Amino acid sequence: MSDTPTTSAPAADTARVEREARRDDRPGRLALLRSSTGHNLGLIVALGLLCVVGVITAGDRFADIDNAMTILRLAAVIGVVSIGMTFVITGGGIDLSVGAIVALSSVWCTTIATQTMANDNHWLVMVGAAVLVGGGCGLVNGLLIAYGGVVPFIATLAMLASARGLAEIISERRTQIVSVPAFSDAFAKEPLGIPIIVWIFILVSAIGWVLLNRTTFGRRTLAVGGNPEAARLAGIDVKRHTVLLYVLVGVCCGIAAIMLVSRTTTGSSTHGLLYELDAIAAVVIGGTLLSGGRGTIIGTVLGVLIFTTLSNVFALNNLSVSAQSVVKGLIIVVAVLLQQRLARRSDVT
Amino acid sequence: MTEGPTATAATTPGSENGSALLHMRGITKRFPGVLALGGVDLDVRRGEVHCLLGQNGAGKSTLIKVLSASYQPDEGEIVWDGESVRLTTPVAAMKRGISTIYQELDLVPGLTVAENVFLGHEVSAGGFTRRGEAADRSRKLLTRLGHGEIDPGRLVGDLSPAGQQIVSMARALSHDTRLLVLDEPTAALDQEEVRNLFRVIRDLSAEGVAIIYISHRLEEIREIGDRITVLKDGRTVATGLPARETPTADLIRLMTGRSIEYVFPPRPERPRDTGTPVLEVRGLAGAGRFRDVDLTVHAGEIVGLAGLVGSGRSEILETLYGARRASAGTVTVDGRKLRRGSVRAAVAAGIGLCPEERKSQGLLLDQAVYRNVTVSSLSRFAKGGFLDSGAERRRAGELTESLDVRPEGVDRAVRTLSGGNQQKVVLARWLLRECRVLLLDEPTRGVDVGARTEIYNLVRRLADDGVAVLVVSSEVEEVLGLSDRVLVISDGTVVHEGPATDIDESGVLDLVMEGDVA
Repeated sequence: MSDTPTTSAPAADTARVEREARRDDRPGRLALLRSSTGHNLGLIVALGLLCVVGVITAGDRFADIDNAMTILRLAAVIGVVSIGMTFVITGGGIDLSVGAIVALSSVWCTTIATQTMANDNHWLVMVGAAVLVGGGCGLVNGLLIAYGGVVPFIATLAMLASARGLAEIISERRTQIVSVPAFSDAFAKEPLGIPIIVWIFILVSAIGWVLLNRTTFGRRTLAVGGNPEAARLAGIDVKRHTVLLYVLVGVCCGIAAIMLVSRTTTGSSTHGLLYELDAIAAVVIGGTLLSGGRGTIIGTVLGVLIFTTLSNVFALNNLSVSAQSVVKGLIIVVAVLLQQRLARRSDVT
Repeated sequence: MTEGPTATAATTPGSENGSALLHMRGITKRFPGVLALGGVDLDVRRGEVHCLLGQNGAGKSTLIKVLSASYQPDEGEIVWDGESVRLTTPVAAMKRGISTIYQELDLVPGLTVAENVFLGHEVSAGGFTRRGEAADRSRKLLTRLGHGEIDPGRLVGDLSPAGQQIVSMARALSHDTRLLVLDEPTAALDQEEVRNLFRVIRDLSAEGVAIIYISHRLEEIREIGDRITVLKDGRTVATGLPARETPTADLIRLMTGRSIEYVFPPRPERPRDTGTPVLEVRGLAGAGRFRDVDLTVHAGEIVGLAGLVGSGRSEILETLYGARRASAGTVTVDGRKLRRGSVRAAVAAGIGLCPEERKSQGLLLDQAVYRNVTVSSLSRFAKGGFLDSGAERRRAGELTESLDVRPEGVDRAVRTLSGGNQQKVVLARWLLRECRVLLLDEPTRGVDVGARTEIYNLVRRLADDGVAVLVVSSEVEEVLGLSDRVLVISDGTVVHEGPATDIDESGVLDLVMEGDVA
């Protein structure tokens, strides 16, 4: 600032403000990295590097179409949960109960009663059951948070405990095997050589992207997460919107439960353990702000793929799950530190 | 490092023989888009009660934040005890003996009195707190303040506001304070508590502690103050005035006389109060903040609410907007009564609010300009829930262009705009909604001088288009200059209503500062 301190005439002030505003225009060296496109590019590069490591260390066992499908099938379930989580986090909340909801949904849609109904009527009964249970849990979360004034962390922590407990009660802690042939057949298909559950993941991601970026719902999510007070004063029904966000993630959990049931051919109260951590990690390294107001579906998808590929590379090299966890933790920390560094620089200019 | 406060004792309050303790010279502080302080001078002597006077936005708060090192000045010199110093952190300022007690007391309600007093410099040995000694020393400090009855073991959250203030002062004294800054200390106190506070202040100044006392209440300044410094528009306009002898008229002239004259748009000559009002408020009350507020605003009319911070001005706006629940009264827009406590009902009826805290209440700072403009009218751009963002950008572009938002470009984040241009973005939001009633809370706060006139013209243009406008501002000149009709609010009630041209700034200040009708 080379202005002399004595100038404060209106004209001089206006000129200064304009000059400062213009400075923000200048494309900086880091502008690309800061943009969401740049962030996604960074994630793609990271994923690429991971693949290179995979090829070098495991060779053809990694660079194989079957292995690629294995990665995608594993990514699909947690991916659908993470898409839902992206919405909740973008809207300024958090959902710790996703894994428990997946377990409860998987158990509920594989009880003898549900399976009998599915055999008598249509396999979609199972899908309906899972989605309804998931959405119902989300509704309870949302109502508690929006109208009960319980902070999201606590409300969903309570749901985490009770939903898994309920799943154990219903299943009597036994693994419930799917014996609905029509269901198994439907999910065994591989259109264009790609498993159904991968297609579901692709579809949910696409819908999620459109919902977040092209609809009033998405815009309101960004507003509610970015500044709830401003959103309220602008006339948005923040409470109702918050409920909808938790219902949305609940429905995603229901869908994920069905995918998991089809992949494992079982429903179990142990399904979805620690999904909440995997989903939050994927969302955060994807570039969604944990404090809300900014979210990216593409980033989340890439985040999920990075973690799943990492697991695959480790497995192919016969490295322990424990070592994997250590690296996962490191990735989260590095990714977040990098994001904060970039965010701070953009504040300074 | 510093001599104890008692070493310079025996200066009587009000005497001129206190030696210089603090000189602030040419302090300048800029925020993006605003010159908050444009060369402020302040000198304070040992053992005096130095009053800092000025309207809202004059720079008092910024100045004391510079002094307590919460802010770093861009230019200027601070001489402390004859030595030029740079106060880099609040702790450094505290170590020199400068303590500040802000309006919002910064105590931890869940800790005890003693724990709060020694927060950050706990009485400890080998890492273990020594509770007994802390309690003893707290008790001594409280006794010195004349409040030995406060139990050091009590939770601060259980104390009255006055008691909490005493704890804050005890905490300040626990640091060997030589200069104590009190920002509106009497705002939350009743008369008896004010008398107690004054006794404490006199005792402290008798011990040689200098006090900087910020208050809007002239009668307090007359009673407790020694000398007065007046700030206006970020500059010192008078310093060292005797607190008791300076006539009220002089002080008000100093506070209001401006180096920069704002240009207000001319009022249209048309018969007022014709037809049914667009906005009608009857008997509105908000628990504990204001009561019995009646007001009407006609189409094309600008009505202003003038009053001090805490008089209930902003609460009135927020209540009639539904953002706060009214305890009594009705709000009617175009003859239809609004549901109480519902922002959505207010917005649906055609009310728009430009809130006081633009950044925290009005804007999505990290989002694009066009998104901030369309956020209240999204359904207009949506078909089956899908947004036509091309149409959004076009419409927002037209509006921001007509309001002359600079720099142009609807895709830039609102954060990068100056205060005045951010305010225009909020205005554009309500323009887009074609609102019938526009509520403006501090429309030019954080807006620099050049852009103010633009905002004023814009508001008048909206009124000319038939919008009913209700303006709240702590800058009396702004309310008077902009409005057709004014209501003066004091202590939560309307004490005066009339055409804006029938009252002047000192008349309003008389009403709100002295509390009775001039």
